[in-house]
Amino acid sequence: MIRIEPAPWESRWPDRLAMLALLIGAIAMVGPFVCMLSTSLKLPEDQYARGLIPPVVTFKNYAKVFEIMSFQTLLWNSIKIALISTFGQLLTCSMAAFVFAIVKFPGRHALFVLLLVTLMVPQQITAIPQFIMFKWLGLYGTQAPLYLPSFLGGAFGVFLMRQYFLTIPIELAEAARIDGASLMTIYWKIYLPLAKPALAAFAIFAFLFSWNDLFTALIYLPSDLEKTTLPVGLALFQVQFAGKWTLMMAAVLVSVAPIMVAFFLAQKHFIEGVALSGLK
Amino acid sequence: MNFGLRPLGGEKLWVLLLLGPTLLGLVLGAFGSIFATLGLSFFRWDLLTTPEWAGLDNYLGLVGDRMFLRSLSNTIIFSLLYVPLTIVCAMAVALLLNRRIYGASLFRTLYFLPVISSPTAVGLLWTWIFAQDHGLLNGLLGSVGLSPVRWLGPSMALYSVVVVNVWGAIGEGMIIFLAGLQAIPREQVEAAHLDGANAVQRLFYVILPAMAPSLFFQSVLSTIHAFQAFDYIYILTRVGNGNSSVPTLVFSIYRNGFRFFRMGDATAQAIVLTAIIFLFTLVYFRIQKRWEVPA
Repeated sequence: MIRIEPAPWESRWPDRLAMLALLIGAIAMVGPFVCMLSTSLKLPEDQYARGLIPPVVTFKNYAKVFEIMSFQTLLWNSIKIALISTFGQLLTCSMAAFVFAIVKFPGRHALFVLLLVTLMVPQQITAIPQFIMFKWLGLYGTQAPLYLPSFLGGAFGVFLMRQYFLTIPIELAEAARIDGASLMTIYWKIYLPLAKPALAAFAIFAFLFSWNDLFTALIYLPSDLEKTTLPVGLALFQVQFAGKWTLMMAAVLVSVAPIMVAFFLAQKHFIEGVALSGLK
Repeated sequence: MNFGLRPLGGEKLWVLLLLGPTLLGLVLGAFGSIFATLGLSFFRWDLLTTPEWAGLDNYLGLVGDRMFLRSLSNTIIFSLLYVPLTIVCAMAVALLLNRRIYGASLFRTLYFLPVISSPTAVGLLWTWIFAQDHGLLNGLLGSVGLSPVRWLGPSMALYSVVVVNVWGAIGEGMIIFLAGLQAIPREQVEAAHLDGANAVQRLFYVILPAMAPSLFFQSVLSTIHAFQAFDYIYILTRVGNGNSSVPTLVFSIYRNGFRFFRMGDATAQAIVLTAIIFLFTLVYFRIQKRWEVPA
């Protein structure tokens, strides 16, 4: 990150106040996660014990969560669906974005604007017709409705990838063209490899979107623990184990941990992705 | 958009193929759905029997539907609190982080954590924090001698839900605003300073106007999020039989459509929701235009 250097006339005390405000904010942001960790390590009988440090540290809650919920099935379902969705989004969005970025065709601008307008169409509008269609196709109660729509592009992904493709000098494509490269070759051999950072950033978005999606899973797989995803499993867990906070916090931790680990490893891409989506 | 390559002869087919999935998505997904939803909203249908023409009955029914009116007012109150709070907090954090601060990138990471965490999981975590008996927040209040609060009770739940949603969204706005702040030329701010502008004047006359595009972008995005907020609300406020103590429009659509299979009611509500989102976006565009003129 670029830091702004202090101007000589600026005093230091506003920085100290800023630091204090940021620290208080950071406690509010991270505090809940610390409480989660602390509770998940407590014995069930100690769940109401004050203080962050458990009187007795135990890992039994984690073992128990995997025992009673077939948690590994839920985890695997979520990972599988998120990976397929991410692949679908990367492929179809980058394809369309490439065309919008470098291919001349009549109505390109109008079509792109039309696509952007759909950013405003709420998920709830598409949910009902989609539900009827999947029911008619006999796919209700399967995992397909959770990943098939990812293979139909999407305004957000196309916009993000196109933004990035536009930063690649068009002369590259033109030069390849003179050497006789086809559009497919330019897409596959030049644009996709050069767009790796944007692909990484977008992959994170697509993965997170699918991983966190409660609404769709709730519609199509509301109670089948063999097929459904982690969010629905957690929602069922909430009812079944109400009041058993040590178990619940262990379950929450297990479902947040994979993403957090990925975040700490690939932070740069996460944050670039958000910044990229904000470009105008 | 005049730049780019022309497809040669047979390549037109390839172009169509590359665009195909997205075009299909446009037709089937977004636009097809709008028409299908609009069409369905004029019928009574439970998915089992044949649809029955209802004319405007589904819409007229909404006017007298107390559950719907409650969810409409909840959604509007939620949005009116959520959008400004998120924007102001995210901007404040971005402004603070834009100074020379030790560990700025660590702060940035910490503030971003809620954004990447699953709202369902974190929602469960917040039910523990808000729990009435022995919950973390009430425990904290108790230790300083205050009486417990029913955070998720009828009078507080809406505000608690707003807090959690804002908490989960600050990090995203912060990143967008930081990118905007770092694009402001340092000379502009310095020039204003030399001309005698104090910190507040610099903020309101130099920095914020320069941030107008990202503020606009983030406001539109936040509003769309606000009207579609579901996950935290589902986890924090649901009660038996697919109901909620703070039903919002999306919750009501979910309940009518996918719990009771009242497709007519659900689609009519979805149309109302979309109309409101379009209306708000239109207002933002108007405001943005007005803002751009004097510069």
